[in-house]
Amino acid sequence: MMGGGGVGGGLLENANPLIYERSGERPVTAGEEDEQVPDSIDAREIFDLIRSINDPEHPLTLEELNVVEQVRVQVSDPESTVAVAFTPTIPHCSMATLIGLSIKVKLLRSLPQRFKMDVHITPGTHASEHAVNKQLADKERVAAALENTHLLEVVNQCLSARS
Amino acid sequence: MAAAATVETAALTGALWGLVQDFVMGQQEGPADQVAADVKSGSYTVLQVVEALGSSLENPEPRTRARGIQLLSQVLLQCHSLLLEKEVVHLILFYENRLKDHHLVIPSVLQGLRALSLCVALPSGLAVSVLKAIFQEVHVQSLPQVDRHTVYSIITNFMQTREEGPFVEELFEVTSCYFPIDFTPPPNDPHGIQREDLILSLRAVLASTPRFAEFLLPLLIEKVDSEILSAKLDSLQTLNACCAGYGQKELKDFLPSLWSSIRREVFQTASERVEAEGLAALHSLTACLSRSVLRADAEDLLDSFLSNILQDCRHHLCEPDMKLVWPSAKLLQAAAGASARAYDHITSNVLPLLLEQFHKHSQSNQRRTILEMILGFLKLQQKWSYEDKDQRPLSGFKDQLCSLVFMALTDPSTQLQLVGIRTLTVLGAQPDLLSSGDLELAVGHLYRLSFLEEDSQSCRVAALEASGTLATLYPVAFSSYLVPKLAEELHIGESDLTRGDGPTKCSRHLCCMQALSAVSTHPSIVKETLPLLLQHLWQVNKGNMVAQSSEVIAVCQSLQQVAEKCQQDLESCWYFHQTAIPCLLALAVQASMPEKEPSVLRKVLLEDDVLAAMVSVIGTATTHLSPELAAQSVACIVPLFLDGNVSFLPENSFPSRFQPFQDGPSGQRRLVALLMAFVCSLPRNVEIPQLNQLMRELLELSCCQSCPFSSTAAAKCFAGLLNKHPAGQQLDEFLQLAGDKMEAGLGSGPYRSQAFTLLLWVTKALVLRYHPLSSCLTARLMGLLSDPELGPAAADGFSLLMSDCTDVLTRAGHAEVRIMFRQRFFTDNVPTLVQGFHAAPQDVKPNYLKGLSHVLNRLPKPVLLPELPTLLSLLLEALSCPDSVVQLSTLSCLQPLLLEAPQVMSLHVDTLVTKFLNLSSSPSMAVRIAALQCMHALTRLPTPVLLPYKPQVIRALAKPLDDKKRLVRKEAVSARGEWFLLGSPGS
Repeated sequence: MMGGGGVGGGLLENANPLIYERSGERPVTAGEEDEQVPDSIDAREIFDLIRSINDPEHPLTLEELNVVEQVRVQVSDPESTVAVAFTPTIPHCSMATLIGLSIKVKLLRSLPQRFKMDVHITPGTHASEHAVNKQLADKERVAAALENTHLLEVVNQCLSARS
Repeated sequence: MAAAATVETAALTGALWGLVQDFVMGQQEGPADQVAADVKSGSYTVLQVVEALGSSLENPEPRTRARGIQLLSQVLLQCHSLLLEKEVVHLILFYENRLKDHHLVIPSVLQGLRALSLCVALPSGLAVSVLKAIFQEVHVQSLPQVDRHTVYSIITNFMQTREEGPFVEELFEVTSCYFPIDFTPPPNDPHGIQREDLILSLRAVLASTPRFAEFLLPLLIEKVDSEILSAKLDSLQTLNACCAGYGQKELKDFLPSLWSSIRREVFQTASERVEAEGLAALHSLTACLSRSVLRADAEDLLDSFLSNILQDCRHHLCEPDMKLVWPSAKLLQAAAGASARAYDHITSNVLPLLLEQFHKHSQSNQRRTILEMILGFLKLQQKWSYEDKDQRPLSGFKDQLCSLVFMALTDPSTQLQLVGIRTLTVLGAQPDLLSSGDLELAVGHLYRLSFLEEDSQSCRVAALEASGTLATLYPVAFSSYLVPKLAEELHIGESDLTRGDGPTKCSRHLCCMQALSAVSTHPSIVKETLPLLLQHLWQVNKGNMVAQSSEVIAVCQSLQQVAEKCQQDLESCWYFHQTAIPCLLALAVQASMPEKEPSVLRKVLLEDDVLAAMVSVIGTATTHLSPELAAQSVACIVPLFLDGNVSFLPENSFPSRFQPFQDGPSGQRRLVALLMAFVCSLPRNVEIPQLNQLMRELLELSCCQSCPFSSTAAAKCFAGLLNKHPAGQQLDEFLQLAGDKMEAGLGSGPYRSQAFTLLLWVTKALVLRYHPLSSCLTARLMGLLSDPELGPAAADGFSLLMSDCTDVLTRAGHAEVRIMFRQRFFTDNVPTLVQGFHAAPQDVKPNYLKGLSHVLNRLPKPVLLPELPTLLSLLLEALSCPDSVVQLSTLSCLQPLLLEAPQVMSLHVDTLVTKFLNLSSSPSMAVRIAALQCMHALTRLPTPVLLPYKPQVIRALAKPLDDKKRLVRKEAVSARGEWFLLGSPGS
């Protein structure tokens, strides 16, 4: 169900995607350097976690493909909630589930446990939006997917730092 | 006589024969060098060597023949420059013939040919003959690597000097089959050949001759079009290298393909390096086409090539929201930057288009993109000088460009304003482009931008910088339009200050002073701005204003900036010194006078940070003085402090005498800091009057107990003078005096801590210049690490010893600072520190660790790395030290060690994991960050060592994910992410 099959080898579904500029490193503010001032977890911080995830198909990041954008990140530090909407490059993208899974895993590994996270497809941008969202929201399915060595391998590749 | 010569010759030949036998039959290596040395010294000729080899060259055993030829080849490699043309011909014939020999002999034969290929005396035609023989007799592609390398060396040598005529294609075949280089050096490779070496050597061969072009260019195009990143990069770089030697003729047939490959790479690439190399290659191609000399009937390919580029790129420029805007602009700029002709061709097409686009689009961010592109093109123009004003391609667009820039400067968007400011600076830098009307308008805008509010600081700073740059070019415009306005503004500010108006006026005031210092980039402007700033300082100090130290410091900072700008110009430098320094001293002396009714205002000038600000003005205004002028100044300033001679100060009627070294008011003693700023910044060859007396007074004051500020200033001043004083009897006397004073004070008594400060500064002064006494003083300082009272201060003292000061003992202030002093200090003292640590009682151990930390911290990491393994056990112990300075320094030492020496570190994995995790919840943010960076670096250790810790670490690192500081969370995220990947599939 969580098909990560077509990676590598065959023809790319979207061989020639639009490429977007990478945002630079977040500039460090005086407040961030002050020991006393707490910095809350904000949308940019979440975006920085996911923007450098590699696309399973292209040698590009999700940011460069505009799959993730800072405006589509909603976060509330006090309420411990995060919602990320991602936009597949084409409406029939078979990688959508895999991309969603990578985002989800990245957040699971990077955010404090208190956070409740919701990863879904930007409404109206994918043919099987509903089905994909349902899978991503299902904890047991996500856990089962990560037991699958092949899937875990692809997810880890997406999450590895680009050399 | 003749008989003696014959005997001698015979003896020599006998010796030669012996050496040959030792090498060929005895399998010894040494004789080869001996023979070569003898040939070089003229003891015998190459011919005699060949004769001595005689029988071994005809030996039926191929190994013996190989050995014989090896000897000859080795001799030739060292002596090829001595060969005569006739000898070369014979040797080449011999060697060509030997290529037919047994395969065991071939390596030595090739070595010999390599030696001959280096001969200057090689007759023409022989290179071809050699290559022909090699390709005919030997299958180069199947030789071992070392021998193939020899063949390439032969080819390269011929390429550099000689013809390769009929073998272009064969040569190309044997060399190009290695392109692109894909080589990873084997571990423990004794040759130490790196991939990069091979790439560069092969590139040198491929790009060495335009005759390869017809074969090479299609290959390069093919490789650029491949999927492999390294092949793309290598091909583009090789193309770039080829352009240096190619002309129109070679490129002609391939231009369309080259362009389309480069364009595709720049338009679509995900790699910035490929993009950069693509642009560089386009630049070189265009430059190559631009410089080719044309025959009268030939077509100029540059025009058609550029037209192609324009045709493919210009329509993208009209879509400022689209992703291809920037790649197109970069391509056009890469081509336009190649030559004046290319620039004219492209800008005459692109500039009108961009100007039109600017007006078509109304959104600030679109306009900004367009203006940034225009700016890129304008900057390129600076590469060429045009004799004739009317020929400059920008002249025709000047009015349009100016009006566009002024629109940008008044736009609400800060980003657009910033680009506008940069564009204005570039336009201004074009000689004779702007009219005086344009300048007046420009200055008006800059004036307005210099007062922007808090939230557009970046714009204000950019405007100040632009004012500075433009003021050097147009001093008159700035003197007439800007300085008077600022003067007026400052004046209004003064009266506002008197009324005690709010902070807005105050900040306006600051802006004004900053603008004044920013435009002080031309001598004529300094003559107007400096008096304004000094006058303002007098006003502040007159007592009719609510003077705050921040206000005085702000004026000093502006003065300091002016002083920096004056440094390069001798005349301005002296003008500043002569005008500002007496004025500052007069104000300070005035403030230090005892008063009947103590006034708060006056004392502002004597505060620590105000004096520090004045110190840096005085230092900056002194370091660049010529020795003659400095001597004039020192003749006034030293007597002021020693004798109270105030005659050179303006407004010098003071109520009582100025005697800073006597028991006068304590305020006067504080001014020794100003004396320090001056005398410690003088060039070394300036003689200081009354030096002996001055040194004694300083020493006395340095141990005076009433005021730490004055005693420290005196100690620093003493140390600064000591450092520059030439070695000799007088220096020894000063050192003796200082030694006595310190020892007396350190023993016990009321001025222990002052004596310690003196010890610290004197030690620093001597360590910097490698004075022999420095080791003795350092030992004294180390001894104090276990002192119950001074121990912690001594530990911190190591930080002072190792760091750069800003006011005294600086290179800029002509102090004697040996560049390797830190390394030397490390080598001389770290073993003793380590020993001291082990011997010290438990309660003072942290002092040693801290001292050591300061030394390690300041040492360049590459120097430190080889030493760290010996310090490892100490560093591991230091991880448990409660002092955060020690923790931080230890972590920063361990982090590179984890990356560089993972094998050694894996032995301590248990300690490291536990300690790092502990420190990741330290109260100090810097320690938490460093500990997490170490946790990240730990993942470089061999995975099997780490796996047992993985679950524990991943659990523990969940906690810093919720750290209150973002910078800590960032490190926790990357460390935890890496630990997750350990031993997991796909990583």
